[in-house]
Amino acid sequence: MSKHGSTTDGRNETLLAPESVEAALAAALEAIADARDLAQLKEARLAHDGDRSPLARANQSIGRLEPSQRADAGKLIGGARGRVRAAIAARQEVLQAQRDAQILVEETVDVTIPSGESLGARHPLQLLQERIADVFIAMGWEVAEGPEVEAEWFNFDALNIAPDHPSRQMQDSFYVAPENSGMVLRTHTSPVQARALLDREPPVFIVCPGKVFRTDELDATHTPVFHQVEGLAVAEGLTMAHLKGTLDHFSQAMFGAEAVTRLRPSFFPFTEPSAEMDVRCFNCHGEVGVECRTCGGTGWIEWGGCGMVHPNVLRACGIDENRYTGFAFGMGLERTLMFRHGVADMHDIVEGDIRFSQQFGMEI
Amino acid sequence: MTRIPLTWLAEYVDVAPGTTAEDVANSLVAVGLEEEAIHRPELTGPIVVGKVLTLEPEPQKNGKTINWCLVDVGESQPRGIVCGAHNFQPGDHVVVALPGSVLPGPFPISARKTYGHVSDGMICSVRELGIGDDHEGILVLGEEFSDAPIGSDALQLLGLNEEVVEVDVTPDRGYCLSMRGIAREYAHATGGTFTDPARVELPRTGAGFEVQIADNNPLHATPGCDRFVAQIVRGVRAAQPSPAFMQRRLNQAGMRPISLAVDVTNYVMLELGQPLHAYDLAKVAEPIVVRRAKPGEQVTTIDAVERTLNDEDLVISDSPQGPGSRVLGLAGVMGGMGSEVTPATTDILIEGAHFDAVTVARTSRRFRLHSEASKRFERGVDHNLAPAAVQRTVELLVEYGGGTADQPATDLDQRPATPGFEFEVDLVRRVTGVGYTAGQIRTILEDIGAEVQGSNDSRTWLVTAPSWRPDLVCAVDLVEEVARLRGYDEIPSQLPLAPPGQGLTSAQRSRRSISQTLAESGLNEVLSYPFIGPDIFDALQYPQDDSRRQALRILNPLREEQPFMRTSVLATLLPVLRRNVGRGLTDAAVFEVGMVTHPAREDAIAPIPPLAQYPDEKLIAEIERALPHQPLAVAGALTGYRRLPSPGLPGQPATWRDAVALAVQVAQVLGLELTVSAAEHPPWHPGRCAALSLTTGEVVGYAGELHPKTVDALELPERTAAFELSVDALIAAISTQPVRAMPISTYPAGKEDLALVVPEEVAAADVQAAIRDGAGPLIEDVRLFDVYRGPQIGSEKKSLAFALRYRAGDRTLTAADLEKARQGAIAAAAEGFGAQLRS
Repeated sequence: MSKHGSTTDGRNETLLAPESVEAALAAALEAIADARDLAQLKEARLAHDGDRSPLARANQSIGRLEPSQRADAGKLIGGARGRVRAAIAARQEVLQAQRDAQILVEETVDVTIPSGESLGARHPLQLLQERIADVFIAMGWEVAEGPEVEAEWFNFDALNIAPDHPSRQMQDSFYVAPENSGMVLRTHTSPVQARALLDREPPVFIVCPGKVFRTDELDATHTPVFHQVEGLAVAEGLTMAHLKGTLDHFSQAMFGAEAVTRLRPSFFPFTEPSAEMDVRCFNCHGEVGVECRTCGGTGWIEWGGCGMVHPNVLRACGIDENRYTGFAFGMGLERTLMFRHGVADMHDIVEGDIRFSQQFGMEI
Repeated sequence: MTRIPLTWLAEYVDVAPGTTAEDVANSLVAVGLEEEAIHRPELTGPIVVGKVLTLEPEPQKNGKTINWCLVDVGESQPRGIVCGAHNFQPGDHVVVALPGSVLPGPFPISARKTYGHVSDGMICSVRELGIGDDHEGILVLGEEFSDAPIGSDALQLLGLNEEVVEVDVTPDRGYCLSMRGIAREYAHATGGTFTDPARVELPRTGAGFEVQIADNNPLHATPGCDRFVAQIVRGVRAAQPSPAFMQRRLNQAGMRPISLAVDVTNYVMLELGQPLHAYDLAKVAEPIVVRRAKPGEQVTTIDAVERTLNDEDLVISDSPQGPGSRVLGLAGVMGGMGSEVTPATTDILIEGAHFDAVTVARTSRRFRLHSEASKRFERGVDHNLAPAAVQRTVELLVEYGGGTADQPATDLDQRPATPGFEFEVDLVRRVTGVGYTAGQIRTILEDIGAEVQGSNDSRTWLVTAPSWRPDLVCAVDLVEEVARLRGYDEIPSQLPLAPPGQGLTSAQRSRRSISQTLAESGLNEVLSYPFIGPDIFDALQYPQDDSRRQALRILNPLREEQPFMRTSVLATLLPVLRRNVGRGLTDAAVFEVGMVTHPAREDAIAPIPPLAQYPDEKLIAEIERALPHQPLAVAGALTGYRRLPSPGLPGQPATWRDAVALAVQVAQVLGLELTVSAAEHPPWHPGRCAALSLTTGEVVGYAGELHPKTVDALELPERTAAFELSVDALIAAISTQPVRAMPISTYPAGKEDLALVVPEEVAAADVQAAIRDGAGPLIEDVRLFDVYRGPQIGSEKKSLAFALRYRAGDRTLTAADLEKARQGAIAAAAEGFGAQLRS
């Protein structure tokens, strides 16, 4: 409050004159509208709404008026100051939004610049084994395992492969030193059949993916170290119809719902009857007269061997062959990978070039 | 394996007109043979029958004499042809390849100027037509072709354009190594009529050439020979070429024509499946004795190899100095040179015998001598076939070589009785799932030649397998016959119901997690061959007494220089890393999960119990004990940048720290904490190697930077880092109990940093552990964030800066709490490692 509280202060009258208030308001609104950024707006606010601004000073002078005049003057100044503040707030919002947008523009980067981080990869053969295991796990089967250096008895004799029978030479085996050690690098995953039957009581439903060995030189279609998956089911009442049903389901899981299979008579010492299993070529679908690189024009792709477990195998594993029947099947996984994914050369699968694995992602 | 000319097949079974090679192959595949190939002739016409009209020898300057011939090829004018051979004369019928034809080679024929004439075609030799090896002379068509018109198609006439189907025969179907067996299967597949070329045996009485069987060492109690048929043909032109049709069929079957005597025995073998042998009678001293060899006895087989025999080898011997004094040949495997038929031979002794499969298999395997004969005997030859085969051989010899056959022939017959076996008829349904009637089953069994006793109403039958099917020995074998001949297509598809399962085992899930984690951490999974050579042990700096040098040896390795199975995964993974680097992938990180092999003991022997019998638990335990220990391991190796440099970000080279971190992560994924401590363990750098141990103290692996010498020896990039862990040891350490969850405190944390000066040799992890211990229960986390060395600290010392986080479970921490914990931490570090608070 001014100590000189005169109601007839000429300066007061000037400040409070409607024209003056009008002019101050107009100047204020203009300055606010002209503010190009938040700093200018701040200046405008100090100049027109600050303590030293004309409207503020006019407001201060109201106290020096006659009480009867104060209400009108207050209304006049208050209205003007309200409009100024509203204009500031509105302008503030606009300018702030502009500034925020500008910052984002300025922060733009080249998003195509790589980080240098890289993901690794699983080997597709391993993924394939896991995928196959999952198909059978979903049916309630178990995944069984066995050693890679195996006893000859498990690899051959328990499977009804006689020592002097040509079928023992069908698979060229790596033998463990010394001579007659009775051990080989397993030539197939079938010894796991015998192991599973020795370990378990029927019903037995097992699948066994694993590494096997034969004395083949590495070339475009052969490798001395490769992978198979073996399936075995032994229970009361199992028939070849169940074998067929299982293989149909399996091939549909691997090659799509329209996959078609066929069985051809064949021979394996550990199954009787025995069959070769073919899958309808999913590339040419067996169309006649089509040059097909996937199946070689036969319309069928050889996928594996199968059959009903030979009673001699059941007996060797201490299973009552009069009570139980069973079926077994096995297929090569490199081969499966080759025709499923169009891998043209075995070298790509076995050499460990990281570019090969990286094509497949983590899901197959 | 078996090659089937279609016209030959058609001699024994109906082959419908217009049947293609593909049709035949498909029919045979349907009954269990595997299609191997279809061979098509490599020659195309016009190749015609011609008649030589004139022949004028014209000596040349080079010393040769050529013949200028005019040949009638059925055209208006004869053609002039130059020919270098001299074994023909005017009037002969020959085969003429006219311009435009192509002979095997391929060798296209055109009219060309030579020796002063235009030769307007070519008069063909046996070799040029692909029939045989004889290129000395022109093929002069014999009387059997005299009806063929001049100018007619010679390819057709000689069957040279015939397609040949080749099938693979499984080891149980030895009888399909003959046209007789194939024709029978073809009849099964098509329903066509089969005519057995092995005619019924003729009655034989009296004694021919004397033969004795004296086997003193039968294998598996089976005599090495139980039938021996022999017959003499005298005055035969044994060494002359065999007739063209026979040569052609031998060629089509993949055999080389040699001489009439040899060709006829091979021809009959291909036709009937009975291996036969022809001896020069003049070189055989009666009697023939079939016996086991004496150890060390020797024989030179017709491939001119001298072989030393043992007492398992069955031999054919003769008796120049007492019975059986001289070895003539290896029974069922290969004849000997001494009694071979030669151009001088006039009298021949034909042998058709039945030898034991196991005996032949062992001898042929030991000598790696896999002959046409051994291939058949190993797979089982028809017991009843020898007389018919010998008779057929003798007839062909007489027909094409002249001479006369001695009567009677010898037939030493010691065949065992072939008892039938019981066959439960319902087994077909139980195994195939198809309810065939007894009548249907009986029809199939009788079709294959089995003898069935028992009515259609009886539960079981007595079945005797035909003599050509030694593979049919038990009831399920008959089930297969029914199933395959009815067709596997008749079997329905039905999913079996397995009992509810538990999914993957914990170990199986853990292994997947390990691989998945490493792949997600930037490593690439590879699969290396587990074969190693001893040089890798040196490259890996293993000391001489390192147990990892005790590797399992392969008797017959693919590479002599790599006879061992790996004892660590890194041994085979590091070469894979090098290969990647060599291919320009200089920033490479690889891993492998795989078995390693540690022999149970030197020279362990796994017993081999008898075939198809349950050997009892004790014996199985003995087998298991002999097997090597084969734990699963995981190894990884890294080189180059772990994170590639990119704009604004420096690259991060892969180092020992990554190897250690990855190893620790692998355990973490399984819920295990590994303790890291300094170690010296090849192949790692002795100053940059961490041992990784479980809380029990058991070391489960190592990680760090490879030894510079290893890097050098394996030609890896400098500073290559690697780790290897025993997956089995990790999995064994996983608690079978579910994790007990700790309550999560939401009270505020107290944080502070602590810099401690310690002697240089003190390990950070040890100081960290001391801090954790000394700080008491309030400490929540301790993390090393800086190591400083400098003059303020003094030489041989370093300052370790740790970030500590404290928290209480039940209250907000006070200043006094923090001070007490801090003092405790400092005191523990000071006591254990002489640590001093850095001022």
